[in-house]
Amino acid sequence: MAIKRHLPLMLFGCAAAVLPLGLKDPYYLGILVFIGIFSIATMGLNLLMGYAGQISLGHAAFYALGAYATGLLTAKYNVHFLPALIAAIIVTAAIAYVIGIACLRLKGHYLAVATLAVGEIVFICLNAAVGFTGGPSGLAGIPSIEIGGFSFDSDFKFYYLVWAVFILLFILTANIINSRSGRALRCLHSSEIAAAAMGINVTKLKVQVFVLSAVYAALAGVLYGHSVTFISPQSSDLMFSVKLLTMIVVGGMGNLWGGVLGAALLTLLPEMLSAFHDYELIIYGSILLVIVMFLPDGLMGGFEALGNKIIRKVRARGRG
Amino acid sequence: MSLLSQVIQFLFTGITIGSIYAMVGLGFTIIYNATGIINFAQGEFVMLGGMVMVWLTAVLHLPLPVGFVLSVLIVTVIGAAFERVAIYPLKKPKVLILIIITLAGSIVFKGAAMLLWGKQTYGLPHFSGEAPIVILGATILPQALWIIGILIAVVALLAFFFNFTMLGKAMRACSINPVAASLVGINVKRIVLLSFAMSAGIGAAAGIAFTPIVLMEFDRGALLGLKGFCAAVLGGLGNGTGAVIAGLLIGVIESFGAGFISSEYKDAIALGVLLIVLLVRPSGIMGGREASKLKEF
Repeated sequence: MAIKRHLPLMLFGCAAAVLPLGLKDPYYLGILVFIGIFSIATMGLNLLMGYAGQISLGHAAFYALGAYATGLLTAKYNVHFLPALIAAIIVTAAIAYVIGIACLRLKGHYLAVATLAVGEIVFICLNAAVGFTGGPSGLAGIPSIEIGGFSFDSDFKFYYLVWAVFILLFILTANIINSRSGRALRCLHSSEIAAAAMGINVTKLKVQVFVLSAVYAALAGVLYGHSVTFISPQSSDLMFSVKLLTMIVVGGMGNLWGGVLGAALLTLLPEMLSAFHDYELIIYGSILLVIVMFLPDGLMGGFEALGNKIIRKVRARGRG
Repeated sequence: MSLLSQVIQFLFTGITIGSIYAMVGLGFTIIYNATGIINFAQGEFVMLGGMVMVWLTAVLHLPLPVGFVLSVLIVTVIGAAFERVAIYPLKKPKVLILIIITLAGSIVFKGAAMLLWGKQTYGLPHFSGEAPIVILGATILPQALWIIGILIAVVALLAFFFNFTMLGKAMRACSINPVAASLVGINVKRIVLLSFAMSAGIGAAAGIAFTPIVLMEFDRGALLGLKGFCAAVLGGLGNGTGAVIAGLLIGVIESFGAGFISSEYKDAIALGVLLIVLLVRPSGIMGGREASKLKEF
């Protein structure tokens, strides 16, 4: 049973390990790195949306906080990467905790708007604090990640770092989902009142998940900043929060693989359509609208339903 | 400039911009009361109003009053169509789904506006001249008076509609209890459609009046919508009078913040106020605690 449960991840890990060996073009390697980074960010948001049933329209803010925190510390103050990373995680978690305490007492719409406001405030501050963050023109010259003397200075090395982080977080997340708190989360999703009646501390649980998902976003931001060596407020605006949300909705809320699928599709899509940039907004909006209306469980949910249907048909034929 | 005239100046600016927030806040309130939905596309109606008006008057050379009425009508139809396409077909949707749908709608509107009109910023001629009026050393543009006038007109029309017409009363009944309303023969689905049409129209009027002062571009909607939402929440979600007062208040706070603290952070000030309100008193300044409990999701 244990093997069966972990089989998809094992296969995925093997595929991810072999894939870059066959790729000669650094362009594709770069895209795979981005898919990994977005998958990490969506994983946290998916935990919040798909399992806890809460929405955040401000995750771009945590992504930016992570990227700026390690970026500033390593580029401007010559701090080593690991202490900078720890500082970034602590800062993001602390901010998310305060916001979470404030917002998560609120439900549905209020939470969405409160997180949206937080995202906008961070965006405005990053733009306005020119002396500190570099303002709209961004922060350049972020060094590559160095851990214990080993420097992840090529796309090839960075690829393995990103996907290793992804797999570690995936295992962590899958364990959370299958643990007592995971069950509490799903209970929360179906009915808060029932969850509270079962003795679950609803607010505490929501804040914990919110902080965890913010840290995931920050980690993704850290990886992004060090991979492109540059970060500007533009890469963490409201539209980025919406993109993360779209990835999850397209792939499937409440399905960890759904986030990866969504991240992969929505990263590849702009690369395949050359005139994509002008149509970006309308395409994202339409995809989001159509999927939510007609396939609320996303593509993974659709695949699952289709698979179950086929199995049932095959079984029925076998009996008849 | 003396301190007094400075204060008066900020007050004028604040009330002008606050009138816009008040109108956007009213739009949120109307849809929220009829459906319980927070329409994230509300700000886009403001943007669309301004953009359609620019297109009608600058490209098609329609006279101002005709352009005004036509733009409001066009955006009203867009709002109604949005409800029919995206909200009407849903059966018992969850809040999460509704949020994502209106958010998706807002992005589609924004994207469509970008395709149609590009990324340029557009201006409109002021309705009645640009010569500022001087009061106590402070100046006010005639256009600002137009904005305040339109807010007053909208509030008066809404007050009449909700208190003295059958349809308006039906709408209020829906906001109190949709099931009971449908039991006494009110077509709730049609009220929902009407609420989207009305708030799109009000948003458009605000956008048209606002464009001559601040110019308009495709991505203005989100922030305007957010500020309008601040007004709606601060006023006690679902409370129209509260939304108007709170809208004006936010405008004034923002204007003083920009004047005395920092203009770069002025947008953050209004949002900070929103967060504090949500934290300290989620029911807003006008809504009672009991009322907010009933309307929870």
